[in-house]
Amino acid sequence: MARTISSRQTTVATIAAWFLAFLMFFPILWIVILSFKTEGDAIGTPFHVLTSGWTTEAYSAVQERSDYPKHFMNSVIISLGSTFLGLLIAVPAAWAMAFVPGKRTKDVLMWMLSTKMLPPVGVLVPIYLIFRDWGLLDTLTGLTMVLMLINLPIIVWMLYTYFKEIPGEILEAARMDGASLKSEILYVLTPMAVPGIASTALLNIILAWNEAFWTLNLTAAKAAPLTAFIASYSSPEGLFYAKLSAASVMAIAPILVMGWFSQKQLVRGLTFGAVK
Amino acid sequence: MKLNAGILTGATALTFLATAVCAETLTIATVNNGDMVRMQKLTNDFTSKNPGIDLEWVTLEENVLRQRVTTDIATKGGQYDVMTIGTYEVPIWAKQDWLIALNDMGKDYDADDIIPAIRDGLSVDGTLFAAPFYGESSMVMYRKDLMDDAGLEMPDAPSWEFIANAAREMTDKDAEVYGICLRGKAGWGENMALLTATANSFGARWFDMDWKPQFDTKPWKDTLDFYIDLMNDAGPPGAPSNGFNENLSLFQSGKCGMWIDATVAASFVTNPKDSKVADKVGFALAPDNGLGKRGNWLWAWSLAIPSGTEKAEAAKKFVAWATSKEYLALVAENEGWANVPPGTRTSLYENPEYAKVPFAKMTLESINSADPTKPTVDPVPYVGVQFVAIPEFQGLATAIGQQFSAALAGKVSSEQALATAQNLASREMKRGGYLK
Repeated sequence: MARTISSRQTTVATIAAWFLAFLMFFPILWIVILSFKTEGDAIGTPFHVLTSGWTTEAYSAVQERSDYPKHFMNSVIISLGSTFLGLLIAVPAAWAMAFVPGKRTKDVLMWMLSTKMLPPVGVLVPIYLIFRDWGLLDTLTGLTMVLMLINLPIIVWMLYTYFKEIPGEILEAARMDGASLKSEILYVLTPMAVPGIASTALLNIILAWNEAFWTLNLTAAKAAPLTAFIASYSSPEGLFYAKLSAASVMAIAPILVMGWFSQKQLVRGLTFGAVK
Repeated sequence: MKLNAGILTGATALTFLATAVCAETLTIATVNNGDMVRMQKLTNDFTSKNPGIDLEWVTLEENVLRQRVTTDIATKGGQYDVMTIGTYEVPIWAKQDWLIALNDMGKDYDADDIIPAIRDGLSVDGTLFAAPFYGESSMVMYRKDLMDDAGLEMPDAPSWEFIANAAREMTDKDAEVYGICLRGKAGWGENMALLTATANSFGARWFDMDWKPQFDTKPWKDTLDFYIDLMNDAGPPGAPSNGFNENLSLFQSGKCGMWIDATVAASFVTNPKDSKVADKVGFALAPDNGLGKRGNWLWAWSLAIPSGTEKAEAAKKFVAWATSKEYLALVAENEGWANVPPGTRTSLYENPEYAKVPFAKMTLESINSADPTKPTVDPVPYVGVQFVAIPEFQGLATAIGQQFSAALAGKVSSEQALATAQNLASREMKRGGYLK
């Protein structure tokens, strides 16, 4: 009897999970559908959208008008670059906080997290002025730096949570065997933390890839990544829905593929310490 | 001989290299719409005539563009050499000395050919600060077949009373045909553009000559009540969230009897590729209320040069090319007369070929009937037909637009919406130092 109820619960839970997954995926599915419609069909009723003909003309128009490879490469450079730089800073920082905590470590962690609570537009003008004076506007260097800085709290927090799960005794044993600080981090801690570092890196690549406020405000023509590519197809006065959808699909496709192949690592990264 | 050939080859290579090294690259910030995209396609004409100038485009949705170029020009970021801005920004930015004057565009430019209403909107104290790329007003687009079925004939210059009556006559909700489609989506460039222009024809104004807000006056109450009653009786469902694109879709699919919106929509609704009613559309001036002012707006997307640019001369060459009579001819040659950017030059409307475009005459008359310096019946201290050219307007009008959209949705009464609008405007005017 109990087994029957359990089976029914499992069925209900499975259906609910699929339903929720479909709900979450639906906007992306709809964008993909619209991208294969004409502009006239794309703005019709949902029934009309589904029953009208299919075409790739929106993709052709986008391909003809925009330099997709340039935007794509800019996105790759700033997302990989900012993640790599972030890890370089965050690994030692998280190590220190996890294994050699001071009196104020928790406060420092909270302070770092609190910087994420500030609306970005609040610091737009000061950062814009700094970028202007340092010649960093519309440069990949500037954009990589700013994306690294805004994602750094998340990288530190994720690595800190992961490092806390590693027994300190192993590091102590390494020290007793004469390992220097550098050797301890590079040859003992890092290999054990590779899964955590990998999932942190993946999540940050996705965050940097999707970041739209700074990438739109600090770039013009040279360093504009795929977020600017999408923004160039939005319009409140004119029919660009199909082209906007096609541009969106082209922008998110690489990161969707990456996410699909690395979903186990991502889930692991997002559920650190969730069950203890 | 061999030596000569070598010298010649070397000289050619050096010339090529020197040209490449000396080439100036202009970064142009522009808005995403059909006319601007068309211009990008045709820029080979400019670069072939100006081999020392390369062009880089930054195309953005208009609200993103506005935020982006405002940040850049206010901080003298120098990211752009040419900016696409509207009639709202030009007077404000020109007074801040953020824009280069465009009075010396060369003798071939013929600045006197620019339509006077548009030129006035882009000038401060008689000096032109932006060159219009395309201009627009608003007008009535209507279904001739539905008008015939209702036994009515649309005059060239209808009154609001006629429009309201016709809308109710044309409405057949069972057949999903709605007599009138108007903007309801909140925003200073959305429902507030329509409602401010409509209010002008009812004799309302945003501020009196002492900058005291006027939302507590009868003309505003009449305007809002008229709009809400009309939309409730003859508007489509979901009207409070409808903007230009939503109404365009409704009209093109045959669900609107009339649509009052930007003149630029005329080319969309008459395009048989996208519009089911392309051959049934007629045009008329925006309505009036017998007070001498029509409910139409005036807007121009224009090219301006920020004062911080180091490439002002090259930028002027580009602006002169993109807003010239020759450019209009170039578009006509490549894309047809119906796709020529409208509303900027008088000579375009004198061209017999362009006169064949069905909406050409009404577009010009609509533009000419708007006066940004005298937008409404009573005198006002501001410039602008569907906006007030002060920096505070964007935020204030969007907040008031939310109130009016809520009133259309039935969430608040028109009295409540207007009272809130009055409070919001009074507070903002005091904060801005306009009111003591």
